[in-house]
Amino acid sequence: MLIRFLPIRFAMALGLCALAAASSASELRFCLRTDPKTFNPMLVEDESSETIRYLTGGVLIRLNRYTQELEGELATKWKVSENGRRIDFDLRPGVRFSDGTPFTCEDVVYTMRQLMDPALHTPVGDSFRSAPGPVESKCQGLSSVTVRFPAPVAALATQFDEVAILPAHSTAKEAPVLGPFALGEYKPGAYVLLRRNPNYWKRDANGRALPYLDSIRLEIQQNRELELLRFRRGELDVINKLDPDMYDRLSSEMPHAVVDAGPSLDWETVFFNQVENAPLPEYKRRWFRSDDFRRAISEGIRRDDLVRIVYRGHARAAVGPVSVANHFWLNSALQPPSASESAALALFERAGFRRSGSTLLDRDGNRVEFSMITNAGNKLHERTLALIQQDLARFGIQLNVVTLDFPSLIERISRTFNYEAVLMAFTNVDLDPSGQMNIWVSSAANHQWNPNEKTPATAWEAEIDKLMEAQAGSQDRAKRKIYFDQVQKIAADKVPILFLVNPNALSAVSPNVKNVAPAALRPQIYWNVERLQVGAPLVSER
Amino acid sequence: MNLKQKIALSILAVAVVASLGAGFFAQSSYSEQFREAISAPPSPRFWLGTDELGRDRFARLLYGTRVSLLLAPAAALLATFIAGLIGGAAGYLGGRWERLVTGGIDLFLSLPWLFLLLAVRALLPLNTSPVTSVIITFLLLGCLGWAGPARMIRAGTRTLVNSDFLVQASASGISRPRLFWRHLLPNLRPILLAQFWISIPLFILSEANLGLLGLGVSEPLPSWGAMLRELENYSAVLQNPWMLAPVILLVAVVGCLQLLLGTEERLSC
Repeated sequence: MLIRFLPIRFAMALGLCALAAASSASELRFCLRTDPKTFNPMLVEDESSETIRYLTGGVLIRLNRYTQELEGELATKWKVSENGRRIDFDLRPGVRFSDGTPFTCEDVVYTMRQLMDPALHTPVGDSFRSAPGPVESKCQGLSSVTVRFPAPVAALATQFDEVAILPAHSTAKEAPVLGPFALGEYKPGAYVLLRRNPNYWKRDANGRALPYLDSIRLEIQQNRELELLRFRRGELDVINKLDPDMYDRLSSEMPHAVVDAGPSLDWETVFFNQVENAPLPEYKRRWFRSDDFRRAISEGIRRDDLVRIVYRGHARAAVGPVSVANHFWLNSALQPPSASESAALALFERAGFRRSGSTLLDRDGNRVEFSMITNAGNKLHERTLALIQQDLARFGIQLNVVTLDFPSLIERISRTFNYEAVLMAFTNVDLDPSGQMNIWVSSAANHQWNPNEKTPATAWEAEIDKLMEAQAGSQDRAKRKIYFDQVQKIAADKVPILFLVNPNALSAVSPNVKNVAPAALRPQIYWNVERLQVGAPLVSER
Repeated sequence: MNLKQKIALSILAVAVVASLGAGFFAQSSYSEQFREAISAPPSPRFWLGTDELGRDRFARLLYGTRVSLLLAPAAALLATFIAGLIGGAAGYLGGRWERLVTGGIDLFLSLPWLFLLLAVRALLPLNTSPVTSVIITFLLLGCLGWAGPARMIRAGTRTLVNSDFLVQASASGISRPRLFWRHLLPNLRPILLAQFWISIPLFILSEANLGLLGLGVSEPLPSWGAMLRELENYSAVLQNPWMLAPVILLVAVVGCLQLLLGTEERLSC
């Protein structure tokens, strides 16, 4: 009998041990939508890789997502000089990589060399490439580094938020890191396991080594419904981004688990095709290039209804290219369009349009009818278009809604230019206006309404070019603000892009996760990951 | 026709009459948004409540039924006609023509039709009215849905061509066109009808699938597919069970069609 029971007892003992281990180890679990494309922090382009970089990479300077201020991490001090050409760092002493090797100025020099290596063509390096020419990085003693660029770099210090420091002397396949977590295990299509970096330099106010968590399990899950279901079951601790439908569903069941951090930096926008050689009838090109026509359409859209009906109150009517979440750069003198029917009608009349029965005609008698494309399967966009369709019908405009699969949509707006108007979401991660250079500068590829202009097509685009270059070339924050305020004013007057709403940053966090301080900036929930705890709090830092 | 089939026919008749008389039965337009009454429960004004944009769900159901019930048979007719031509010719001519057509059918069936449909739809002109776009959608479904029925019709034709009465007719010197019109086609009728009836629910469901992907009938025109998308929000369905009306109607219509198909098959025996 004893022999028969032994395996069972042994198994029970093993089970109890596992249970004890599970309860003592604190693990944060959330989902990535896709497999990360790379673990090399220099080559990050996709959201999943960006998440891994944020959680594992040590940076010299970090943007505090809550206060929106820069804070020293691996650099204790920094100084930008020579009008944004040069930056000097004082490095934090006594810091070690996850494998125990010391962090030195050589690592920073090596990282800068990798970052600017033309053969690697790192996406992060693009924001530092202000002009052709070499970037010089030099150690000044053991704990100081100077980096000099061939031309001024806009918001130079802020750009270092995305530069994870690489080890200069490591030959290991999985490079050691300076961030709070290090890569533990990766099963493609299943999960990425990050383990606590035992050598992480940061400590809490009581001198306790951070991070508090032992590990982070990132499950790879594309299906958002399954993600929600698993969160409900307690199998996940965080959903970093929720749409308004999911938020409302979850809030009715788990009101303490949902977080609305207020308007994000993202935009929902509409723009008209103003490309010179686009396959459009000439009269439609004239409409789309008319400032009054675009402004009238913008006035005619009831943004408050979009916020209330489509976003269920979890959005803010957009004023322009800067969200209200961006405290410093917002031009607070601007207001969202009034949605006044009479104002819109007056603008249409000024642009030569007239009502004939239930239709709006242009000065040549052409009926005002155009199509607006958006990506299929996006319910928020489809509802937005349905509302805009009825809003514009009040003026006698026939809006044809077309939903396309995403590759077809991108093909039309960036290659064939075979479209009339498009509803698109822009994900914005940068507080600084320099992050918008690729949209506002007329020669830029992402100058969506008329990309890659050889010379500015209009006087106001030339003016925006000048202002954007001026703000990018100045290190005086107040001056830059004045320049960018003017850009916002021109954007509001000329309406090349109709800014509709800034959706709120919606998330879900299990009540088990402590020290959460939700922010509107990405990553909303885990930006202070080193201080998060799962289970009973060891230290309350909220 | 047994009692069940009579009931099925009655249900279908009610659905068809109600959808054709949508303008008479519905109190509002299918596209009008009552923005102060979004997601409203059923009331004397809105019999099935309103959707997330404040549109009368009952009006949308009636007009959506009209779209699905009129256009799905049209698409089925087109698919059956193409299938009859191709499958019938292959079965009748036999030999290498039959092998060629059979290979073509197999190739066509192996195509990922959903992606094909997406690609074709992406190439359509953008400024098409919702009504035109729904007609085009069903036309595409009809043009793409012939391969399965063609295979059945080819097999049926082949069996008939080798049957004693046709061999005898042929031996007695009847011309080929007369043989085809007088002897072959009347005997193919049950297969053609069966394929037609089978195709109707298939196309209704195909449109519903496209609607679920957001690629079906464009706004503001309603369709069953577009209305079924609302059911993705299952917690809202639990709170507002009247949202199930489109799916109940879809199941009822498809079920009724299947019951009537039984009648058709028996008639053909």
